[in-house]
Amino acid sequence: MSFETPNVLTQSPYLVQPVSVTKIMLKVLLALVPGIAIYAWLFGPGILVQLALATMTAVIAEAAFLRLRQRPIAPAISDLSAVVTAWLIALSFPPMAPWWLIVVGTLFAIVVAKHLYGGLGQNPFNPAMVAYALCIVSFPSLMSQWPHTLANGGLPPLDQITAIFFPQQVDAWAGATPLDHLKTTLRLATGNDTLTVQNILKDHTVYGVGGGNGWEWVTLAWLVGGLWLIQQKVISWHIPTGLIAGIGTLALIAWSIDPAHYANPIFHILGGATLLGAFFIATDPVSGATTPKGKIIFAVAIGALAYLIRVFGAFPDGIAFAVLILNMCVPLIDMYTQPAIFGEKSKGAKS
Amino acid sequence: MKLFSFKGGVKPDPNKTQSTALPISQAPLVARYVVPLHQSVGGTPRPIVQVGDHVLKGQRIGDADGWVSAAVHAPTSGTVVEIGPHIIPHPSGLPTDCVIIEADGNDTWIERVPFALESAQPESVREYLRDMGIVGMGGAVFPSHVKLSVPKGKAIEQLIINGAECEPFITCDDRLMREQADEVIQGSALFGRLVNAARVLIGVEDNKPEAIAALKAAQLTLGAPVEVVTVPTIYPTGGAKELIRVLTGKEVPGSKRSTDFGVQVFNVATVQTAWRAITLGEPLISRVVTISGAVGESRNWQVPIGMTIADLVTLAQPKPDADGVIMGGPMMGFRVTTNDAPVIKATNSLIVTAPGLFPPKPQELPCIRCGSCATACPQELQPFELYWWSRASKFEQLEKYKLFDCIECGCCDYVCPSHIPLVNYFRFAKSEIQAEQREKHTADAARDRFEFREARAEREKQEKAERLAKANAARKAAEAAAAAETPATENLAEAAPDLSSHPHQASTPIAVDNHPVLDASAKQAAIAAAVERARIKREQHGAKSGSDAS
Repeated sequence: MSFETPNVLTQSPYLVQPVSVTKIMLKVLLALVPGIAIYAWLFGPGILVQLALATMTAVIAEAAFLRLRQRPIAPAISDLSAVVTAWLIALSFPPMAPWWLIVVGTLFAIVVAKHLYGGLGQNPFNPAMVAYALCIVSFPSLMSQWPHTLANGGLPPLDQITAIFFPQQVDAWAGATPLDHLKTTLRLATGNDTLTVQNILKDHTVYGVGGGNGWEWVTLAWLVGGLWLIQQKVISWHIPTGLIAGIGTLALIAWSIDPAHYANPIFHILGGATLLGAFFIATDPVSGATTPKGKIIFAVAIGALAYLIRVFGAFPDGIAFAVLILNMCVPLIDMYTQPAIFGEKSKGAKS
Repeated sequence: MKLFSFKGGVKPDPNKTQSTALPISQAPLVARYVVPLHQSVGGTPRPIVQVGDHVLKGQRIGDADGWVSAAVHAPTSGTVVEIGPHIIPHPSGLPTDCVIIEADGNDTWIERVPFALESAQPESVREYLRDMGIVGMGGAVFPSHVKLSVPKGKAIEQLIINGAECEPFITCDDRLMREQADEVIQGSALFGRLVNAARVLIGVEDNKPEAIAALKAAQLTLGAPVEVVTVPTIYPTGGAKELIRVLTGKEVPGSKRSTDFGVQVFNVATVQTAWRAITLGEPLISRVVTISGAVGESRNWQVPIGMTIADLVTLAQPKPDADGVIMGGPMMGFRVTTNDAPVIKATNSLIVTAPGLFPPKPQELPCIRCGSCATACPQELQPFELYWWSRASKFEQLEKYKLFDCIECGCCDYVCPSHIPLVNYFRFAKSEIQAEQREKHTADAARDRFEFREARAEREKQEKAERLAKANAARKAAEAAAAAETPATENLAEAAPDLSSHPHQASTPIAVDNHPVLDASAKQAAIAAAVERARIKREQHGAKSGSDAS
């Protein structure tokens, strides 16, 4: 045998683990499936239509922009990152919102938040949360119409699809989220001593057993999916734990001081986008902190900020804004939380 | 014994069983051996034979050219047919000076004299090992005698003998420990004595139970003061710093040496070879090499240094689709550019590659900062941060993020879901930084030289001016004196200015002639002084850069 190998850049290591970005993204999507199934079961097929709309928009926008930027299309489309963004947008938008709302949101996420910043890996902000923030600021009433469960006066399945494609007045079958409802009711009730949190939660059908009628089950499914992601080592425990701790601690403090006007921590953890945010949104590695200590700081701050926004701010939920604000702090957090390397930890460095 | 663990690491498929089934076999004699002179870290040995010389097996053909250098020897008896550049197995693919020996087929040994260890001074043992060409055989090829001198004020608490052999495919140390357990144990004990170590620990990964059993049995029989320690199998446990951590709990930072922490590390094959050199008088002229991959027979061979890779691979019956050879393991080895290159002291393994065996990496995708690389890094670096800084050529940031603590083990590459060749980026960045530093040194030296020259020119100008002024003053004084001597003869005094303007006149030439004489001797002195200063400066500079290098 004789050979001459051209001196090209085929350097060690020659072994690679069979992992890929596609596999990681696929696992994230899989982890969302149980929650989506329960969502569709309890609230009807509207969410599935939104998922399909968002996915198509995202993939087409991604392909178009890769072409414009003269980048190879196939490998970037098949990494599934655009699909993950699309699904997270669909899951944070109201399921019966008009079709153009999610199309606008998704386009903005893929085109502005992702590709104008340089594509995958370069975006400083979480694209799905950029879409949410854009739409809640631009179309606040459309973004606040959340459906009741099918069992509790929600729109029948076929009518849901009509509602998405032929938008009309929707007051009858939809209303504010439990978080939003609680906040407005409490504000209206200033001076009225009988309207305590406990009474509001007891009296209204929107609330159910945890974070909202029906929503608590969807939320618990996010928890299950998220724990599976941790077990699969797709995400680390730092961010979910930190975020839940951040929101839970503030809720606990407020609740123990004044339980009549502040909901308990369980309500805040199971309510709104807390668990979806903790396991699927704040864990976006591209726009999140990367060091172990940094992840904790990042997540606790998101949790705390989200609590403040949802309780004292003008918006129904605070996860999106909290994530975006902390995205801005990531370079700083990472810079100041670089872990000590091998041999330079104070403990081991002593001879 | 309490073991420690290091963070990170990976568990690639070991692929070791293919080549451990058969015992080590002696490679047959071939017609031609290519022995590179430069085979170890440090200097390049001087050739001490000439073309046409007949040499014997084990005869020294290259002499160590300094303290950090080691001799090279003829692997068999024969005739030196050429001394000149030849391709060696090195990632650069560049040639270096080699001694090419045509074997006479007799394989006649030089007279082998065992070393009288008992009566020897430590210094002479080290000199002997240097002249026997003993270098680190785990792949780093650092001259062993240098590592055997313990720095003043340091004591070796633990001497570690590295039998971890963590890279996939490589089994040369495994087979050696199984077959030459006695020599490994005795070599380890010997090195323990030489560095006056409190404990000698042989660390072997738990995927080599036969080797561990053989070593333990040999240790019991010999009653040698060494301990055989089983360590968990996780790549890169065989890295010196990682093995030190596992066995002692000590973490040696990149900026320090292990001796600062009372630890020294040698490979099992190194101590075995050194033991043979001392007790049998055999220099390092062959080593165990694993051949595996796309070959008919994966096994270990005892291969003379200088046998070409082509000759060796032929013995293993390469498969028809074989398309190249990796020297070393698949994690840290490199593709040899031609199989005409010889086996050298660093060649622990050759993996014959074929298209299906090591498929090319999938296309590189953008980094998503998932942090898998940071989790896998045994040095606890943040490879993705280093990657961003490397791409941006931010050298200061790279040093801040400890690029030079990277041991290039390849764990980050291995786990990267975006298939980014991270280690390539780091190798490139390291060489760029080193090149920049070299350039800076050169520029500094050039500037120093220039400034020195300017200063000297300035000083010489000043000195010349002073001399001229002095001479003028002297001349004026002389004239004044002359004028004082003849105060009475007014007409002569009046004529004096005229005399100076007429050089042919008798009285003035003495002064004028004096000038060049004075000037020439002063100039000579100045030149001699400048040369002396330059020499001192050069020596200082040389000493400084010498200490930087060491």
